Parts: sequence; C-alpha cells; structure tokens
Amino acid sequence: MMHVGDVTETLAAEVGLRSDEEIVRLRQIVRDHAIAQGFSLVDQTKFVTAASELARNTLQYGGGGDARLSKLTNGVRVGLRLRFVDRGPGIADIERALRDGFTSGGGLGLGLGGARRLCDEFEIQSEPGKGTVVSITKWKLR
Amino acid sequence: MERIPILRMGNCLIVAIQVDMHDRLAIALQDDLTERIVKDKAKGVLIDISALDVVDSFIGRMISNTAAMATVLDAETVVVGMQPSVAITLVELGLTLSGVSTALNVEKGMALLQQRRR
Ligand SMILES: Nc1ncnc2c1ncn2[C@@H]1O[C@H](COP(=O)(O)OP(=O)(O)OP(=O)(O)O)[C@@H](O)[C@H]1O
Ligand SMILES: [Mg+2]
Repeated sequence: MMHVGDVTETLAAEVGLRSDEEIVRLRQIVRDHAIAQGFSLVDQTKFVTAASELARNTLQYGGGGDARLSKLTNGVRVGLRLRFVDRGPGIADIERALRDGFTSGGGLGLGLGGARRLCDEFEIQSEPGKGTVVSITKWKLR
Repeated sequence: MERIPILRMGNCLIVAIQVDMHDRLAIALQDDLTERIVKDKAKGVLIDISALDVVDSFIGRMISNTAAMATVLDAETVVVGMQPSVAITLVELGLTLSGVSTALNVEKGMALLQQRRR
C-alpha cells in the first residue's frame, strides 16, 4: 500500500505481457476489477480498451513487459491505475508518438492518443535504449 | 489453434464472434473469411459482434480489412449487434469503421444484404 497526497494505492494484480493470449488475460482481469470498483459499463469498456491498446504496444514495440494494476482511493473517489513497463527501445519523440495517425509499425497510430482520451489521467516516461512506462488512471465517484 | 466457425446461408457467410479474440485468432478469421468468400462465391458477409464487450484498434482494423477485401471480391460486409458502450468507446478511440455497414441485429443485417443485392 502506498500513500501519495490523499491517494491510497494498493496493488491488485500483476500480469506478464509476452504473448497475444496474455493481452486477452489482462483485458479480463481489468474488466473484473473495473466491475468490482463499480465502474459504469461505458467506463469499464473505455478502461479495458485503453488497457488493450497499451498492452499491445508493450508487446509489439517494447518486446514484452508487465502490467501492474492497482486500486486507488482518494476521499470520495475510487479508481484504477494500470502501469505498463517494458525494457524495450523506448520512444525518442513522445509528442510524435502520441499524435493520432503516427505509427512506426503499420498500425493506425491510435493506441497512445486513444488511450489518453479514454482515461482520466495519462502519463508516459520513456528513455531511448532503456524502456517505456505508461500509466493510465480512471476515477469514479463513490 | 482454435478457429472461429463460419456458417453459410444462401450466398451469405455468417460469423458470430463469441470469444474475446487474441490477435492471431483475429487475423486467422480475416484470412478464413477471405478464402471462404472466394470458395463459396459469397455475395455478403455478416459479422455478429453482439457478444464482444471490447473492440480495440486491432479487432477494428481486422473488421475494416475484411470489408475492404470483400469489396474487392464483389461481396458486401455488414457488422451487427455492436454494444452501445463499444460504439461510444470506438468513437473516443478515434476508430471509424470506414467502408463497413452496420445494423442493429442479425435480422436487420441480413435484410440489408438482401436489399443491396437486388
Ligand atoms: N512501449 C513502446 N516502446 C517503444 N515504442 C512505442 C511503445 N509504444 C508505442 N510506441 C511507438 O509509438 C507509436 C504510436 O503508438 P500507437 O499505439 O499510438 O500506434 P500504433 O501501435 O503504431 O498503431 P495502433 O495502436 O493504432 O495499431 C508506435 O508506432 C511506436 O513507434
Ligand atoms: Mg498501438
């Protein structure tokens, strides 16, 4: 358990991301926790979809990694945070990577920008040669 | 690897996606559909996604690609049963299923395909 300001964060699940099947597994785990937190159906779907996009990036560009899901409480709010960690090549130009339509892998270039729109908080840290950490958070009023 | 079954009704192919597909399974379905359009001389493809509670950019792309491939092979594609929460999410994600017709349910989707063929 961790306290940052008024936010309490408790680790709920850790999922390895090394295959297609593990992306499916992550979607299911995130869905279960979103339901348990009382998210609306639309918010569940948004968060799971964002998770799926980022998990695929971790696998496809990061060479695999891990996802860590935690439960948050902050006064009248509860939430979920999901952190994707890889030790891949990193992202040299984050702003460009976030732009809709930018892809280096023949995708649609919607994953990062889309995930940002689908969540309440979005953070990305990356260092070329060292890897990438992307974190998304979604809140719900209790 | 398991496969998603494809049914035939008249000159239409019907797929009901009942499982949360991993990426290779989605690609296999796209390939199988394209092959079957040719083999069965199908004129319509109906994809029922009412059981899917997530459609991300990968599955969205697979659906668009299938529709594009079908067009080249002189068949039409209609996607039916998209859940409202999925539709809302797709819009925010920025994914437009371009070139894909949609209908509320299988019955309406089949009617759409029949009508277009006349
Ligand atoms: N974990 C990562 N490590 C290294 N590069 C990454 C990572 N995630 C994203 N990128 C880079 O950012 C670009 C944009 O990612 P984004 O998810 O938006 O689009 P995409 O994956 O190319 O296509 P889509 O997700 O629409 O199929 C990628 O093409 C890749 O170059
Ligand atoms: Mg992506």
